[in-house]
Amino acid sequence: MNTTSPTPGAAAQIADDVRRGVRSARSVVEEHLTRIDAREADIHAFNLVLRAESLAAADAIDAKVAAGDDPGPLAGVPVALKDNLCTHGVPTTCSSRILEGWRPPYDATVVDRLRRAGAIVIGKTNLDEFAMGSSTENSAFGPTRNPHDLSRVPGGSSGGSAAAVAAGFAPVALGSDTGGSIRQPASLCGVVGVKPTYGVVSRYGLIAFASSLDQIGPFSTSVHDAAVMLEIIGGHDPLDSTSIPQAAPSLVEVLGRGVEGLRIGIVAELAGEGIAPDVLARLHEAARVLEKAGATVDSATVPAVVYGLSAYYLIAPAEASSNLARYDGVRYGLRVDAPSSSEMNELSRTAGFGAEVKRRIMLGTYALSAGYYDAYYGKAQKVRTLIINDFATAYRTFDLLLSPTSPTTAFALGAKTADPLTMYLNDICTIPSNLAGQPAISVPFGVGDDGLPIGVQLLAPLLGEPTMFRAAAVLEAAMSVGS
Amino acid sequence: MLAMSQPISRDEVAHVARLARLRLTDDELDEFTGQLGAVLAHAADVEALDVTGIEPTAHPMPLRNVVRADVVRPSIDRAEVLAAAPAIEAGQFKVPSILGEEP
Repeated sequence: MNTTSPTPGAAAQIADDVRRGVRSARSVVEEHLTRIDAREADIHAFNLVLRAESLAAADAIDAKVAAGDDPGPLAGVPVALKDNLCTHGVPTTCSSRILEGWRPPYDATVVDRLRRAGAIVIGKTNLDEFAMGSSTENSAFGPTRNPHDLSRVPGGSSGGSAAAVAAGFAPVALGSDTGGSIRQPASLCGVVGVKPTYGVVSRYGLIAFASSLDQIGPFSTSVHDAAVMLEIIGGHDPLDSTSIPQAAPSLVEVLGRGVEGLRIGIVAELAGEGIAPDVLARLHEAARVLEKAGATVDSATVPAVVYGLSAYYLIAPAEASSNLARYDGVRYGLRVDAPSSSEMNELSRTAGFGAEVKRRIMLGTYALSAGYYDAYYGKAQKVRTLIINDFATAYRTFDLLLSPTSPTTAFALGAKTADPLTMYLNDICTIPSNLAGQPAISVPFGVGDDGLPIGVQLLAPLLGEPTMFRAAAVLEAAMSVGS
Repeated sequence: MLAMSQPISRDEVAHVARLARLRLTDDELDEFTGQLGAVLAHAADVEALDVTGIEPTAHPMPLRNVVRADVVRPSIDRAEVLAAAPAIEAGQFKVPSILGEEP
């Protein structure tokens, strides 16, 4: 078995340096703030940069090092947080007017775990409002731009986090992935993005979009850093009743094990129609790399995934319409005053939500309404079962599946905003994993005809992260030697 | 059962907006009617599927009866929560009149 040890990622290297005292956390944070100062005005990755707070946190880390205390495995590592993750006392907006200025009274569990590990929150990143979108153009505070080409979108909904890592504003970031919102922007920005198995990462303090689909995961510039991050944020949390009652998967120790003997299937339904030729070319090159590394690669079929998009755009809006009922102008967020409560409620929601959020609330309300529930929501839930069954059949033959992450490279700002359905089609390759609750990772794998990044996606069965990360490390290594 | 292939009507969109507590302008009603119709038309592919005997999936990883031990533990600070509210009175959230309204 191939047991090369993985190259430490940028974040792991920072933590190592800071812990050994060869580099101060303050200098790390200052270096990243300098990069932010240079390019943030063009990119707009952040809703909020925590300048003073991150420097103060860095000084606290440096004091620990000086005192001989262990500052933690992510000591001094700047991390960018998607602005739908609650941070105690720090504005958390979901890029929505309805939450503008709101300061959560608690930290999300992932934020708490990162802080305990010595990580430094450097800012809150822009997103499509309430994570509804695939381009970060639905933000109430303006779009984020792709660091590789400012005329293009970074993808979404976690576009701010992906852009922050791609621009070097932070070596790692967190996002949330409901239908591809980590993996698709990772692909478009040329960074690693992971959607873990549903329940591996606690969602306590993640502002809910679609509760049966949402999962938090890392962005990084390397597979190794993604593994480090997932080990820290993963594992059971009693504060989230959907959290799987077991420890986070061990990933770093398996990264160098290679793929020899693994059976990997290219998802036929996601490797043809609707996928750009340059994206397909990179997919097949990835297959060749895995084969060369000792895996067997064959065509796999998961027939029901072709219904994934339709099922998703019934299920996710239905759950969103219920989750977003809480924004009523009563307990927090925007209130538009009116003589009666129902009018106050309606005016607050009308003023506070943007067009895409309204569209999805309406779609979901309709899909759940009397007379349509069975035809839409009920049927979509059964399609979800079909997709899970078809994945189960495929995983009897294959250890992992392979597909594109996004059908195209980054598209121009404004190109798809007029037609929501066209925008939704960005998610065809990523949605099936959310519906099935399964893990998937997007690994940067070269560029397209336009010179912009292309990611390939590895999919695994429930809790299949260790095998998935092994294959991701092989793809990454092939790129670093100039495939 | 209503045919799924039929796009949603403008009146239905207006009704759904009322259910969702959203006030739409005439222009928004027109726009949403077309856009929601397109998404629902796309969802018609699901209609063609035979799902007889297939159980619905509500959650990918069913964990049942998740309860915690019945012990007192610290909770979020009440004053901090109330401080985020648009209006409070006597330690409670304050809202405009709700009596005498239509449901």
